[in-house]
Amino acid sequence: MTPASSSVSRLVPVAATTVVFLLGFLICALTFPNFASLRVVMNLLTDNAFLGIVAVGMTFVIISGGIDLSVGSVIGFSTIFLALAIERWGIPPFAAFALLLVICALFGAAMGAAIEFFALPPFIVTLAGMFLARGTAFLLSTDSIPITADLYGHLSDHAIRLSGGARLTVPAMAMLAVVAAGMVLLHLTRFGANVYALGGSRQSAGLMGISVGRTTVLIYTLSSVLAGLSGIVFSLYTSSGYSLSGVGVELDAIAAVVIGGTLLSGGYGFVFGTFVGVLIQGLIQTYINFDGTLSSWWAKIATGLLLFGFIGFQQFTLHMARRPRRRATTGSAAANAAGAAS
Amino acid sequence: MTVKLPRIGTAQILALAAILAINGFVSPQFFDIRLQDGRLFGSLIDVLNRGAPVAILSLGMVLVIAMRGIDLSVGAVMAICGAIAASLADDHSLVVTLAAALGAGLACGLWNGFLVAVLGIQPIVATLILMVAGRGIAQLITEGRIVTFTDPGLAFLGGGSVLGVPTPVVIALAMLALTLIVVRGTALGLMIEATGGNPRASALAGIGTRLITLAVYMWSGLCAAIAGVVAAADILGADANNAGLWLELDAILAVVIGGTSLFGGRFSVVLAVVGALIIQAMNTGILLSGFPPEMNLVVKAVVVLVVLLAQSPRLASLGLIFSRRRS
Amino acid sequence: MAAPHADQPSAAAGSARPASGAPLLELTGFSKSFGPFTALDAVSLTLRAGEIHALLGENGAGKSTLIKTMTGVVQRDAGVMRLEGVPVMPRSAGEATAAGLATVYQEVNLAPNLTVAQNLFLGRQPTFLGIVREREMRRRARAVLADFDLDIDVSAPLESYSVAIRHIVAIARAVDQSARVLILDEPTASLDAHEVEVLFAVMRKLAARGIGIIFVTHFLDQVYAICDRITVLRNGRLAGTGTIAEMPRMTLVRTMLGRELAEATAERHERADLSAAPELVRLEGFGKAGYVAPFDLTLRRGAVVGLAGLLGSGRTETARLVFGAERADSGSATLDGRPVALTGPREALTLGFGYCPEERKTEGIVADLTVRENIVLALQARRGVLKPLSRAEQDEIAKRFIRLLDIRPPDPERPIGLLSGGNQQKALLARWLATQPRLLILDEPTRGIDVGAHAEIIALIRTLCAEGMALLVVSSELEEIVTYADEVIVLRDRAHVASLTGAAITVPAILAAIAEDGEATANAA
Repeated sequence: MTPASSSVSRLVPVAATTVVFLLGFLICALTFPNFASLRVVMNLLTDNAFLGIVAVGMTFVIISGGIDLSVGSVIGFSTIFLALAIERWGIPPFAAFALLLVICALFGAAMGAAIEFFALPPFIVTLAGMFLARGTAFLLSTDSIPITADLYGHLSDHAIRLSGGARLTVPAMAMLAVVAAGMVLLHLTRFGANVYALGGSRQSAGLMGISVGRTTVLIYTLSSVLAGLSGIVFSLYTSSGYSLSGVGVELDAIAAVVIGGTLLSGGYGFVFGTFVGVLIQGLIQTYINFDGTLSSWWAKIATGLLLFGFIGFQQFTLHMARRPRRRATTGSAAANAAGAAS
Repeated sequence: MTVKLPRIGTAQILALAAILAINGFVSPQFFDIRLQDGRLFGSLIDVLNRGAPVAILSLGMVLVIAMRGIDLSVGAVMAICGAIAASLADDHSLVVTLAAALGAGLACGLWNGFLVAVLGIQPIVATLILMVAGRGIAQLITEGRIVTFTDPGLAFLGGGSVLGVPTPVVIALAMLALTLIVVRGTALGLMIEATGGNPRASALAGIGTRLITLAVYMWSGLCAAIAGVVAAADILGADANNAGLWLELDAILAVVIGGTSLFGGRFSVVLAVVGALIIQAMNTGILLSGFPPEMNLVVKAVVVLVVLLAQSPRLASLGLIFSRRRS
Repeated sequence: MAAPHADQPSAAAGSARPASGAPLLELTGFSKSFGPFTALDAVSLTLRAGEIHALLGENGAGKSTLIKTMTGVVQRDAGVMRLEGVPVMPRSAGEATAAGLATVYQEVNLAPNLTVAQNLFLGRQPTFLGIVREREMRRRARAVLADFDLDIDVSAPLESYSVAIRHIVAIARAVDQSARVLILDEPTASLDAHEVEVLFAVMRKLAARGIGIIFVTHFLDQVYAICDRITVLRNGRLAGTGTIAEMPRMTLVRTMLGRELAEATAERHERADLSAAPELVRLEGFGKAGYVAPFDLTLRRGAVVGLAGLLGSGRTETARLVFGAERADSGSATLDGRPVALTGPREALTLGFGYCPEERKTEGIVADLTVRENIVLALQARRGVLKPLSRAEQDEIAKRFIRLLDIRPPDPERPIGLLSGGNQQKALLARWLATQPRLLILDEPTRGIDVGAHAEIIALIRTLCAEGMALLVVSSELEEIVTYADEVIVLRDRAHVASLTGAAITVPAILAAIAEDGEATANAA
């Protein structure tokens, strides 16, 4: 493999995802006459905005070699917190937003610190976070509370009107902004490079002088803040707060990230791939809605099949990539083993 | 060292006893057991009965985790097998129904094991696939409805009793005994602990780690199937949306509380079941004490944190430094 | 990529750069103990500016510990380090780099998934308003690498390049962070001949610039091709130091292995007539590309074949191929005259082979399990899952071997991780002896264990041999090999280069074969 082809080859998963999406869209457009419209596309963005926002955070976490199971619960906590803060405690919406994001940031930082400082697996730490956030949401209230603040009505009316009745809504704009910002942060900053370095090898990253602890804390902080933002968008979308909202979103987000071509073992992936992964999941749902006779469970089965397809594809490419270099690696592995004792 | 180390499991049993004692304190009737229509009733029986599905799941999960794996799909497999059992119960004999449901569980386990052992996919990713798709498959089987049945044979598995003991408890005990026979009556337990403790050394010692991995995931699938059948029999129907929902997390938690490390190696089947009972006793206790049931998750989170900190290698070394400084 | 070229002939390496007199780096009295084990005992080393200094020693000699204590990865117990006369004491790899002391490890510690440019500048990328100036970074990366005659696409991921280029990138990163002392820890272990030349060209260039290089390797040819001076460690102590002229091959090997010719006429046991011993295993053209060159090997009942050579010469690799832990890609094997396939440990186990690996902790013991469980593991694996050894049988086996091998403490229920190295080794021997193997492969059976256990294990090897078992033993303890081996195969650079039998098995002959000193071989023979 020449270097040039290999820098192209890391784009293959994202390209594959994009092709799958375009093919899917084509199939939909051929099946349903009204499908290929700007309006459908805009609705796709609006309906999946909250998922897109958390999935961007999840992309950072997974590329760094971790996982965050708490995001769905954080969304649930966020919506009920906002509903109570705005409706019951009389906090102005924007102040409530700011307060919420601060709480989420502290929550994420605490999880990151626990992972780093106590050398614990992210899976189980964020599982505790998942219980904690959902439990706190339940404690706040188990009712679904409508949010009637003016800002909410205003924001949900506010949209950029496009041709054919299509509307670029505030949630959609928020998601596009987060995706764009996520791309800049991950691909163009020192922090982003550190995230990849951590996913490549935590030990090497440390030896190269990267502050592994600080980066880990920041990554989980980012994920939780984006989950909080997603909660804000979700509450705008539904104009209410409910402690059960966002159940299972962590799975959808992980699935979107994997379908988007990010390696679950870390080190590789793109925010754009995740964005397309979210759109594919939305597309499946839209297809089912358009069809009318198909049942909702096909969405889950299709997602599972896609997951299997992409994971199998990754496993295959990894296998192929390792094959030609096997000579060198086995030799050096043996030499390592021999050298380790000296 | 002169202090004799406590026997393994003391902490878990003490924790369970303490929680039961607290339950008895907040609800004086907690330990009352009465016999009614040939079946035992009471809060304590309730803990056992409701704890049975997670206890059964933990029997499979503990082996998977001891092999350095994890099985996220058990909740979804429960839903699939419950759906199969409920759909077939009224038109087929109990044997056929059970064979289909348990066969499906084994097939799910085989799938997971294939992905992990043969394709070499990391367990958390491999079982995620079935976790996502499985619930959809269950809904496909029930066609999105809650499928009910009236077959008394199947219903007995959820609501009946044997010598006064609720059937789910009997099934859980039988599965516990069977698991013990399978892992401790054969060399499987030793090989699992060796492989989880040091996969490279175990492979060099001639242990067939791949086959054992397959077997362990299949056992987990079988346990999930049994738990799913019991759960369906309990409510006389299958709810593909909610059956077994999040129980994989409870099962993992039960195993971790039972002292088996997420990094594999030594495991205890019995203590995993004790872990499941601890979780259920807390749930019941919170209910009885009049706290809102919403407290459950917060308490669970605290328990996870405590167990995590107790297992953290970093904390152990910190404690060592601290005690050395003080001395 | 455009291959960089070595413009100096390698023969000129030693004398071309007269090193300046003032020491660049001076270590004195470096000591480090891990519990009762002394890893370093008052080691000193002097590195001059512009010098390439070989740091040599067998496994456990203390090379790694010395490097780790120098760069602050491990804190030393005692010792002073002066860099250009100023005492320095880094407490982490980062501090060492800041002080001008950079290390490049064999498995390059860079992020393989990032681009070459990112790797060169990770943590110090040029930025504008927080955004990495990609174009500027690539320009600088190309400039840095041009210095090393390396013209590659710096926007490609590092992992798409060969190990040699990764090494150069790691070196470039270190040098660009103003390193004055460069420590290269076995950089050539996984490079081919051409790649080694490329790396050497870079090293010469840096030395010419006045950077001091400490070069760890186990290839003697490379030492003489590029180094100015040599420091040898043995058992944590300074065994010798000098220029390459002062330490010719034979002297060097003797210093590394710690043998004086005089003491080498060690007594040896009565050797059986090899050709009379019945043949058990015959390997022909057995080998694996890039691992060990094809070789022939015959193992006989009641005979010990010793594998000798320096670290990395292919001893361990040969042992692993015979057991099937690595699968050979050429050659054939017969057992008792019938062809067999050595495809893996399970097959080896059923054929009656046993293998005690050198890496006790990572490949031998299962630390959490008890001594009893560790001992019965292989036997149980051969019997299969469905035929468990009863607890009484396990206890009997464990107790028998604990008594036979004098494993201490004699408690079968103690987790094996808590035992000393020597007792762990005995328990691993017991694991295989319990399977009553026909062929036992031992890789460094006496490494890292105390003198008493040493003698016991050697006595055991002789007993097993007398009982008719075939043995294949890897050891760097030459006097030991001489006392028990019926045939010694000498390896160099991953190939079998000599076979000594009968009276020809002497320490000088083995040393000569290792050092590739034809005259000495002839003399010894």
